Amino acid sequence: MAKVTIDGQSIEVPDGTTILQAARMIGGDNVPPAMCYHSKLKTSGGYCRTCIVKVSKGSDKDPRPMPKLVPSCRTTVMDGMEVQNNTSPEVLEARRGVVEFLLINHPLDCPICDQAGECHLQDLGYENGAAKTRYDFPRRKFNMIDIGPYIKMHMTRCIMCFRCVKVADQITDNRVHGMINRGDASEISTYIEKAITNDFSGNMIDVCPVGALTDKTFRFKSRVWFTKPMDAHRDCKKCSGKVALWEKGNEVLRVTSRKDKWGESEEWICNECRFEKKNIKDWVIEGPRHIDRHSVISLNHYENVVAKLKIDIAKQQKQLVDKK
Amino acid sequence: MGKKILLEHINVPGINTLEVYRQNGGYASVEKALKTMAPEVIVEEVKKSGLRGRGGAGFPTGMKWSFLAKPEGVERYLVVNADESEPGTFKDRYLMEKIPHILLEGMITSSFALGAKTSCIYIRGEYFYVARILETAIEEAYAAGLLGKNILGTNFSHDIFVQVGAGAYICGEETALLESLEGKRGNPRIKPPFPAVAGLYGCPTVVNNVETIASVPYIVMNGGDDYAKIGIGRSTGTKLISASGHINKPGVYEIEMGITVEDFIYSEEYCGGILNGRKLKAVVAGGSSVPILPADLILKTEKGEPRLMSYESLSDGGFATGTMLGSGGFMVYDETTSIVKNLYTFARFYHHESCGQCSPCREGTGWMEKILHRIVEGHGKHGDTDLLFDIQRKIEGNTICPLGDAAAWPVASAIRHFRAEFEEYINHPERIKNVKHLQELVS
Repeated sequence: MAKVTIDGQSIEVPDGTTILQAARMIGGDNVPPAMCYHSKLKTSGGYCRTCIVKVSKGSDKDPRPMPKLVPSCRTTVMDGMEVQNNTSPEVLEARRGVVEFLLINHPLDCPICDQAGECHLQDLGYENGAAKTRYDFPRRKFNMIDIGPYIKMHMTRCIMCFRCVKVADQITDNRVHGMINRGDASEISTYIEKAITNDFSGNMIDVCPVGALTDKTFRFKSRVWFTKPMDAHRDCKKCSGKVALWEKGNEVLRVTSRKDKWGESEEWICNECRFEKKNIKDWVIEGPRHIDRHSVISLNHYENVVAKLKIDIAKQQKQLVDKK
Repeated sequence: MGKKILLEHINVPGINTLEVYRQNGGYASVEKALKTMAPEVIVEEVKKSGLRGRGGAGFPTGMKWSFLAKPEGVERYLVVNADESEPGTFKDRYLMEKIPHILLEGMITSSFALGAKTSCIYIRGEYFYVARILETAIEEAYAAGLLGKNILGTNFSHDIFVQVGAGAYICGEETALLESLEGKRGNPRIKPPFPAVAGLYGCPTVVNNVETIASVPYIVMNGGDDYAKIGIGRSTGTKLISASGHINKPGVYEIEMGITVEDFIYSEEYCGGILNGRKLKAVVAGGSSVPILPADLILKTEKGEPRLMSYESLSDGGFATGTMLGSGGFMVYDETTSIVKNLYTFARFYHHESCGQCSPCREGTGWMEKILHRIVEGHGKHGDTDLLFDIQRKIEGNTICPLGDAAAWPVASAIRHFRAEFEEYINHPERIKNVKHLQELVS
């Protein structure tokens, strides 16, 4: 066991825990944001640099501070380590820098992006971004690619978190895509636009923190905050069958894996459950899914308001007729 | 004349052949090490010598070797980093091209000290012809029984392979080099684990620069204490400097560490003064990524002491008034040089070579290049200098590998020491095609 102090709050965690995991165990507002780290994927993290923290005391044995800011998702705790996250102006400034870098080439097309409302980059920009950009050059653009029959890839929105590459690497039978080119021209691609056809490819959509990978059966159907998330399950031979259904009325618009409070999939689901079971009769509904009250998704009242308005109009018309 | 260790026999005709090399005392260290010395003793001698990594970071070699994990039944590797891509540096190419056997000799001796049965030379793609020279030398060594099974009749067997890279700057970073060597995309790994624990194919690996390994034979032959006597303070031994730019005699020079920078630039033995008798404006002392220094600060430190060619003296004053010895790419600029244009060239290079793995470097290098391009073309905006400085500050230290720092330092130092020139470009774009104003600016 190792005792670690993050922003003045201490916790004892097993050896080998990363700073980010320890911070999540403490919870609250002092958890560093993470874009490329995913708890279910090995070797993920370390690329986006949003979760950087300052280690002001290395450990009890070696109390020297670490010379640079470290990515909390890839740095394991030592006994007696002291970490500064929100209490260090240096960290906050560096993080603002990283967010700015992530946003300079992002198209900011949230109004037409299917991810809006559950996008990690939106949250990150809201918390750590500047109100105005200092970047006044044309932004980077790529063409959209279909990877397989179900997934659309919009590389322009990608922030290079490598989560989808790790999914293809670790939960499917063979790796078919990766990174091509380099520097700011680099892009995620299948090798010469091949399709990704394996049974679990849909999980790439769930792990994508932005709208770069979207579900073609759901694209432009609805804003996520107009849909109702419900926990549901079915007997599936390939996966656990435990999913979240996103309903509008009695129609199932979208099926995703269940995500924990950090927006990371709890269990992987197969493509059959995700893309082909869009009938509510296919599922056993468990009940409404808990959504954090700060999320825009939980503001799921718009439809009711609209429905009421319709009735009101009819009443008013009747009243008008009566008056005459 | 200063002491020569690496380039002592450089002018002997045919020194690139095994025969002539052996006549000049070559491969004596292999014989001495394998027959009379224990591996630990060699590591100890290298530690005593104070030899520091010549690739740029200057990490003590003996210490690096002693960090090598030695689990039972696991292969260990020595990898020689010949991916010399730092702009302004060409010392390793010269050494490998002229005296390939000194590298092989160092590799065999070092591998014996480390217990490595296999070693690799990772050479950059542009040095294809040098790779051929090395391969010829390796064949000669195999034929003479200096490589292969039971070298010189001892129990030690060793193989050397040459691997040509594809010309990416990032593959000079040790973990990216290992990835590339394994046949993957050359992206730096996230450390820890360090290569000394899990390097090539997950086995403990030492990655050293060509010049570092080539210095080992001398240490084995003459002892670490003898090597430590050369040089000054903690900068022991000799260093190859690739001198280029506005000097009368550009080329590779072997210097004894501790000579003054002034001596190096102006003496006939080395650079021979500034071209056409012009005035010195600035110097990049250790390859493009180290901070540029104006003439007054490169010749004298802030305290007014003469600056010496050594790790410590060049970094005296930190980054505010100092620089680094780096890989020894000594670039000299005379008074007619435009620092802004020079910086734009560097920024273009780092933008092109960024691997794209982590966000600050991927996005920041491109952004800096675009702003510098705008300034150089005469379309700079007010506040661009401050913006550039702010961008570099947010890249530095926040990346996986040192390429981010390497891209940030030249920008920071150029703005720190030559801010007026940037402002001149931005405020008076009409003058920028005319170099005369730069001379006025200097005076």
